[in-house]
Amino acid sequence: MKFIVAIILTALLAFIGGVYMPWWSLAIAAFIISLLIPQKGGKAFLSGFLGVFLLWAILAWWINMKNESILAKKIAEILHLGGNEYFLILVTAFVGGLVGGFASLSASFLRSSNK
Amino acid sequence: MRIVPFVISTVITAGLVVTLNKKWGPLPPLGKFLSPQQGFWQNAEATDHNFSADLKISGLKGRVEVYFDDRLVPHIFADNDEDLYFAQGYIHAKFRLWQMEFQTFAASGRISEHLGNDPRFINYDRETRRLGMVYAAENALKVIEADPSTKSGCDAYTAGVNAYIQSLTYATMPLEYKLLDYKPENWSNLKIALFLKQMSRTLAGFENDLAYTNMKSAFSFKDFMVLDKQVPDSLEPIVPKGTKFDSPGIVPIQPASADSLYFSKKESINIAETGKPDPNNGSNNWAVSGKKTQSGAPILCNDPHLELTFPSIWYEMQLNSPTVNVYGATFPGSPNVIIGYNDSIAFGFTNAQRDVKDYYEIKFKDDSKQEYWYNGKWERTNIRVEQIKVRGAKTVLDTVAYTVFGPVMYDKSFSTDLSKGKALAVRWVAHDPSNEGLMWFYLDRAKNYDDYYKAIQVFQCPGQNMLFASKSGEIAIWQQAKFPARWYGQGLFVMPGEDSSYQWQGYIPQKENPHVINPERGFIVSANQRPVDSTYPYFIPGNYITMRGLTITRRLEGMEHITPEDMMKLQYDYYNTFAEEARPLLMKYIRENDLNADGKKYLDMVKNWDLQAGPYSTGQTVFTTWWDSLMVVVFQDELDQVHPEGVMPESQTLLEALLKDSTFKYIDNINTPQKETLFDDVTAAFQKSVPILQQEEKDDKLQWTKHQDPTIYHILKSITAFAKEGIPVGGDGDIINATTHSHGPSWRMIVQLSSKTEAFGVFPGGESGNPGSKFYDNFVDKWAKGEYYTLWMMQRSEAKDKRVRWVITMHDE
Repeated sequence: MKFIVAIILTALLAFIGGVYMPWWSLAIAAFIISLLIPQKGGKAFLSGFLGVFLLWAILAWWINMKNESILAKKIAEILHLGGNEYFLILVTAFVGGLVGGFASLSASFLRSSNK
Repeated sequence: MRIVPFVISTVITAGLVVTLNKKWGPLPPLGKFLSPQQGFWQNAEATDHNFSADLKISGLKGRVEVYFDDRLVPHIFADNDEDLYFAQGYIHAKFRLWQMEFQTFAASGRISEHLGNDPRFINYDRETRRLGMVYAAENALKVIEADPSTKSGCDAYTAGVNAYIQSLTYATMPLEYKLLDYKPENWSNLKIALFLKQMSRTLAGFENDLAYTNMKSAFSFKDFMVLDKQVPDSLEPIVPKGTKFDSPGIVPIQPASADSLYFSKKESINIAETGKPDPNNGSNNWAVSGKKTQSGAPILCNDPHLELTFPSIWYEMQLNSPTVNVYGATFPGSPNVIIGYNDSIAFGFTNAQRDVKDYYEIKFKDDSKQEYWYNGKWERTNIRVEQIKVRGAKTVLDTVAYTVFGPVMYDKSFSTDLSKGKALAVRWVAHDPSNEGLMWFYLDRAKNYDDYYKAIQVFQCPGQNMLFASKSGEIAIWQQAKFPARWYGQGLFVMPGEDSSYQWQGYIPQKENPHVINPERGFIVSANQRPVDSTYPYFIPGNYITMRGLTITRRLEGMEHITPEDMMKLQYDYYNTFAEEARPLLMKYIRENDLNADGKKYLDMVKNWDLQAGPYSTGQTVFTTWWDSLMVVVFQDELDQVHPEGVMPESQTLLEALLKDSTFKYIDNINTPQKETLFDDVTAAFQKSVPILQQEEKDDKLQWTKHQDPTIYHILKSITAFAKEGIPVGGDGDIINATTHSHGPSWRMIVQLSSKTEAFGVFPGGESGNPGSKFYDNFVDKWAKGEYYTLWMMQRSEAKDKRVRWVITMHDE
């Protein structure tokens, strides 16, 4: 339960951060949520990762659908993803997720080190 | 004790953020770029995007309404001219900002600043600056800002562009900035001037002076002039043959030393020119008077041929204020409508192709370039130190000396192949102070011939054939610019620069520029051909193209009751007049019995060809390969004597020489003991073509469109994902539909000036410059098929018309 709440809150805070701040505010978001909802290392990483991964995947998927894949196909070609827009959505989500995961992991270490 | 893992994990997180926020080689900063809330995803415009908005912008005097129709063409209605140009700048920037800015970087030698440390970019920037592009724009800016109407128009336009730039966030920035990772800087009036200078460079920057100078080592001046034929036999000039010209107002005198110091001086110049304009840059325009049309009203047609790019160089729009109501193609980066029509007249342009750029050899006192020998003493140069910023590397400094002729473009420090320490200064009309933009300000508002004639007076460069038609039934054309009056042969080669005797002695008086007003035959044609026959009293070298003018003239001669639909067909026409004249000659001299089975098959393709250079023609491919090969067989042996290289004559020149004389002296291959005949050359040329054609056939490229592979590239050519390749069109540079691999009709317009104007147009692109918009390339298919959109000159009262899809209103706080 904690795990799922952490994922949802990470996604939510990262989204709000993205409205007002540069993209890397997602790291701060994941860090804060992980501080507020203490979890062990692996779980902390995974909830940070999944929170951002899901946020970015859903946003990218939605934008791509509204755009009828016009741009994603071109960018997927430039980034050597064979012009496949779904790979691009996955890569997008993975990149965001990775940062979110490590930020969340850092916070979990910080909490346990303060004990 | 988790301090250590905390530190490690935090460092990894921070490292990831920093890494993903930075550009690595060709890769954009991935974190920034991929973020759905800010990165490229934000440029993926929803296909049902709502462009409507209500904008509060400080600085506007009144209210502006911008109505967008279903093709996203804006119709701007403003209460006064300043607001009109403000809105034009804003809208240009909203849809084309990256292109506008990048074009001015290209014009001012600043591409390395953003594209990076590559010798090609740095070389381009150096050459651009050494040509004096920024110097030219600065000179123009002084005149622009001295004229109240252009000053206020440009100020307003610039303010409009900047208002848009200031509204941008990273998320809303054009895609290319995100890909290349830089930000737009503020717009300025200088950038408007730079943009127009870039047009001069494209259209009036072509000459072969350096290569021609090399050719003097192998060809006598007399022989050279046979190859650089000034008046082709099949020329149909703009001014109908036989028209009587006034006696010249200026007669330039050849310097006494010309024979020894200029014409017969043998030298070679080892300079590799990097940024030569495409010799195919040109255009068609023609107008037919009411007596030849079905409606009784004149029709004006124009299709400028330029490099076809995404975003297109053109942006379609309507501008309306109490002083003007005009519709047509605009240049993002410059105010006004450039090719279009208003309620009284229509106007269009083709390039004059005249040579207005010459080189002078400078003798510097020493390598400091501080002094040069001129009129018997050492004169001081003006030194301009160019600072070329290079992304990711040190700024490159380049010292350019300015002389009485202009900037010393080539010297020891640029193009190191230069032989014997030669320094060459460039004299170019585009350097002279002028205000071309003012012409369009006037033209957009012109009501009749007198207004048009007054408008074109201010125009100096690049030389254009300025076509005019009016509702009152007049048609006219002027070839307008500031053209040097040359003595015979002046400026074909590099000239001595040690005194003033080889300088231009004056300019052709404007009234003597070639022109046609309401001609008897009822039509006017310009298509980059030489504008006049041999009786024109001036020497006017240029990079002319003969065949399109001839084809159009023949067609119009035979047409009556012309409708706009007829004109659409003519702009799309594929007929190859050159082949019509050349094929019988080739057929006469080919030794058919020498050919193998494949050879015979290809020969049949030419024999049975309908002379249409359509997309699926194989005859056009075989013919072109054969002719190109013949050019090499005939001339390459002589050109090989020129070091480093000479210039292949025009196809037209060879054809006309062979039609008159089947023993033309260059037919013989000087490297063989025997004397070749035309039979030998024509057959050898064909035999050389056979393996090329076999390979083409194997690769399925025998059809003309597959052979040419018509492609519209993004301005950043290497990003092929933004290009459209393999567009199924035919055509060629000397065919009316002048489409080649990446070049061709960049805007087709037809305007019938009947009581209610009927206008049609199309360009190969779309209104949006955003590769993520469905309006990026949505006109291309229609353009490729030769179809047109009906152009809508909207009335203010039509705000509720169903064609209006979106509205942007702008007003002060």
